[in-house]
Amino acid sequence: MRRWFFAGALLVVVAYLIGAAVWLHPFGIPSSSEMDDYFIANAQKEVAANNVVTSIVFDYRGFDTLGEATVLLAAVVGVALVLRRAVR
Amino acid sequence: MPFVVCMLLIAIGLFTLLVRRNLIKLVIGITIIENGVNLFLVSLGYVRNAVAPIYTYAPPGASRMVFPTPQALTLTAIVIGLATTALMLAFVVVIYRHQGTLDGGKIRELKG
Amino acid sequence: MSVVVRTIARIVLPVGLAFGAYVIMHGHLTPGGGFQGGAVVASLVALIVVTFGAERLVRAKTWFSVVEDLGALAFVALAFLGIGVTFFRNVLANSGGLFGASVPLGPNPGILNSAGTLPLMNWAVGFKVIAGLGAVVLLLALFGKGGEGEDG
Repeated sequence: MRRWFFAGALLVVVAYLIGAAVWLHPFGIPSSSEMDDYFIANAQKEVAANNVVTSIVFDYRGFDTLGEATVLLAAVVGVALVLRRAVR
Repeated sequence: MPFVVCMLLIAIGLFTLLVRRNLIKLVIGITIIENGVNLFLVSLGYVRNAVAPIYTYAPPGASRMVFPTPQALTLTAIVIGLATTALMLAFVVVIYRHQGTLDGGKIRELKG
Repeated sequence: MSVVVRTIARIVLPVGLAFGAYVIMHGHLTPGGGFQGGAVVASLVALIVVTFGAERLVRAKTWFSVVEDLGALAFVALAFLGIGVTFFRNVLANSGGLFGASVPLGPNPGILNSAGTLPLMNWAVGFKVIAGLGAVVLLLALFGKGGEGEDG
């Protein structure tokens, strides 16, 4: 009985996901592009870098990279805490 | 069409998470969901007949570039997924050392 | 592991280190950067653990910890370098000093001396990722040997 209930719930969630995927904008023709046009046009002048993606990661949106470095540090500290060996 | 494939990946990961009981299979199911979400995020910024957003040796006849912002955000998402998987696997190793089994239905007591 | 595997690993390690350093260093010119190059070198740490055994790297645990902390602190210190204008301000770009050359607009072969604080941040994040992922791989490998008698 519970099996059919879970199968029905999974089917409803999958139908909603695929319906949302079909309802999005067609693949290859995005809707609005002001922010990315500014990044592509001005990254070489302001940051003096050829790679626009790296200039976004480290200069325009550097705060997100700071948060990501913190998450990496917290994960390594957590693994070192869980996998310690008893010191006699 | 690629959006539907990403949603199918998320559906397969959800199915694995709901049906299987082995702990390692649960970790694999979560990894499949993360891969589907990252793939969906990258494919949101595609533009037809455009080149990669890098100016070093760019083809001289290209007029448009692919959007670089979803690629930058997916970098962060991949690293966070890696951190989550490492922590989950450390927990699975410690649980196997203490309980002796990897079956989710047979781990009952709070060891302490 | 056998002699064949160990010999090939001794040949692959310097080549892999050079490739990882190239990916980290040229992060502002070609696809790559700190995170990608750090993952390449961390897979070499896994190669060492598999072929030579995890006991060889036990003395390197403090080195991993110190380098990871120095990498994180260097990243935050570079972010505070331009605090006069705003946080994370790129003060070395287009300035003429270290890493300060200007780049001509449009497609060009790429100048290594450009992009301000971006290569320095790439190195800091690269060292952080190498030390972090190497420490995780080493801890997972060392947990299997010994460790009995933790709390019964």
